[in-house]
Amino acid sequence: MVIAADPLLLGPLDLEIVLIVLLKVVVSFVLLMVSVMLMVWFERKLISDMQNRIGPDVAGPWGILQTLADGIKLFFKEDLIPANADRVVFKLAPYLSLVPAFLVFAIVPVGGDFRNGDGTVGWFGHQTFVQVADPPMGILLFLALSSVAVYGVMLAGWASGSKYPLLGAVRASAQMISYEAALGLAIATVFLTSGTMSTHEIVASQSDWNWNVFTTGVVPFLIFLVAGTAELNRPPFDLVEAEQELVGGYHTEYSSIRFAMFFLAEFMNMITMSAIAVTLFLGGPDGPILVEQVAWVWPILWFFLKVMMFLFTFVWLRATLPRIRYDQLMDLGWKILIPLALGWFLLVAALNVGRDRGWSPVPVVLVGVAVLWAGAALLGGAIRKARADRRDLELGSDELLDAGDGA
Amino acid sequence: MGYFRGFAVTFRKLWEKRVTIPYPEQKRDKPERLHGRHVLNRYEDGMEKCIGCGLCAGVCPADCIYVRGADNPTDDPVSPGERFGFVFEINYLRCIHCDLCVEACPTEAITESKLFEFSFTNRSDAIYTKDELLVDGETGRPRQLPWEDWRDGEDADTSGWMRATSPSGSAAYVGKVSWSGELGYGIRSPELGQSGDASDEDGGDDA
Repeated sequence: MVIAADPLLLGPLDLEIVLIVLLKVVVSFVLLMVSVMLMVWFERKLISDMQNRIGPDVAGPWGILQTLADGIKLFFKEDLIPANADRVVFKLAPYLSLVPAFLVFAIVPVGGDFRNGDGTVGWFGHQTFVQVADPPMGILLFLALSSVAVYGVMLAGWASGSKYPLLGAVRASAQMISYEAALGLAIATVFLTSGTMSTHEIVASQSDWNWNVFTTGVVPFLIFLVAGTAELNRPPFDLVEAEQELVGGYHTEYSSIRFAMFFLAEFMNMITMSAIAVTLFLGGPDGPILVEQVAWVWPILWFFLKVMMFLFTFVWLRATLPRIRYDQLMDLGWKILIPLALGWFLLVAALNVGRDRGWSPVPVVLVGVAVLWAGAALLGGAIRKARADRRDLELGSDELLDAGDGA
Repeated sequence: MGYFRGFAVTFRKLWEKRVTIPYPEQKRDKPERLHGRHVLNRYEDGMEKCIGCGLCAGVCPADCIYVRGADNPTDDPVSPGERFGFVFEINYLRCIHCDLCVEACPTEAITESKLFEFSFTNRSDAIYTKDELLVDGETGRPRQLPWEDWRDGEDADTSGWMRATSPSGSAAYVGKVSWSGELGYGIRSPELGQSGDASDEDGGDDA
């Protein structure tokens, strides 16, 4: 098996190549920072449009510099550390949250023509991918880093030495770990159809409308969308920072630039999650090249438009849906999304095996659906039985208490 | 499918008219009977209407009005009656603009203008003295203090609107001129009031 690697790094290293890599790192860093700035503005503007308001409109044209103004303000505010805080961990936590958010974007292919070429572009006489890094384990890096981000949230809540952040952190870690399972299973379905984990290869396998959203049958895409929203702690899954219950959740005790880092990480995660969704399901920069003279523009433009679609959806969700209850959140994650993602994964796997062996797909689907239906019925029965048992138990304990009172 | 109806609602809102007005740049028209900063009115001959009875101070729920009456000097009377308001002060840090003082006033001396944008920056500015509240002796217009933001035309008719709800604005007033003249405006015809079966034109005879 050939390990997918950037042609830039295949040959011997020299200064020019190091500089190109450095340039890519700097460009993606700046791109991410600026897009976060614009994203905060975009969200505030769009949600106020959806609420018949105007939104920020004073700083710069259409208020576009509002985030910059807020950032400068936060930078000059007093940095408080609570007396009961674990000072080292308290200071470490924002970085644990911010750094993974930055790193994930490194594996996203932002451009490159995958239809007529192999997705490489020529820069300064070198062929290279339009992404910072293309590690062979690719998308697993995304899963690993989003697990590290859980530490940032959890340690921030724990180190604050305060009750609301602790509650928020416990909720956050439970929620993020639960939904990561469904997220991982949805991604695993993509591995099956694309046959690789490298983001570059996944995008290459989807070129020319062969998008995974169709080839995996839409369901994993929807699961990824729901689980991704939950993973981001975005409404309607924002129990982590439910203002009405927890003040601000895990970052209640944070102020000044440390708070800004959490805020930055949150919006950056939103952008990277959208970019990952585009990479996995919507073919990344794949799209028709309409004007040959500026061929390099089109993949970047398509990528941008697809990401914008997701970002719009995130804001739209926030404007529309109320926050769900905590038990509903856990029910949705464990009893619906995980079984559904697992079942769909098995179905796609069966179809893949069937295709390899030359079986007819119709009986494979029929048998697969029958097995999955039986599994779902068993699961539903188990859930109902457990619920009934619990009710009986609660009833029984009440009777015991009553008996105790009588005696 | 109720979820998806919700999405349609928020999406439709994108093209609807905004309800927000960017306040300091654009200002809404004020309601006809807005309760703003008070003025003390004068008769057509320039005499003060206030007789220093202190009913406004008595009725004030916020206890923000201070009135001290004094006997009119016989050689140079300030008001047509026996007494006049010698000291008249309103503390705008306490005033809740309930308009009860206007309802209580027997001579329509105190009314509320539509001005609400007066952002004083210290406590002594917050206490308006009689000099500041009294309308100008020549034009009958209220005085503009440096921190007050009057809009165009707002200083006219600062006493006019209150009559519809004042005691003399009852439904039985039709055909009668039941209130006093006004410096700069004369005697105005009664407003319709709230009974609604008479027109303002037939109401009274304009002086």
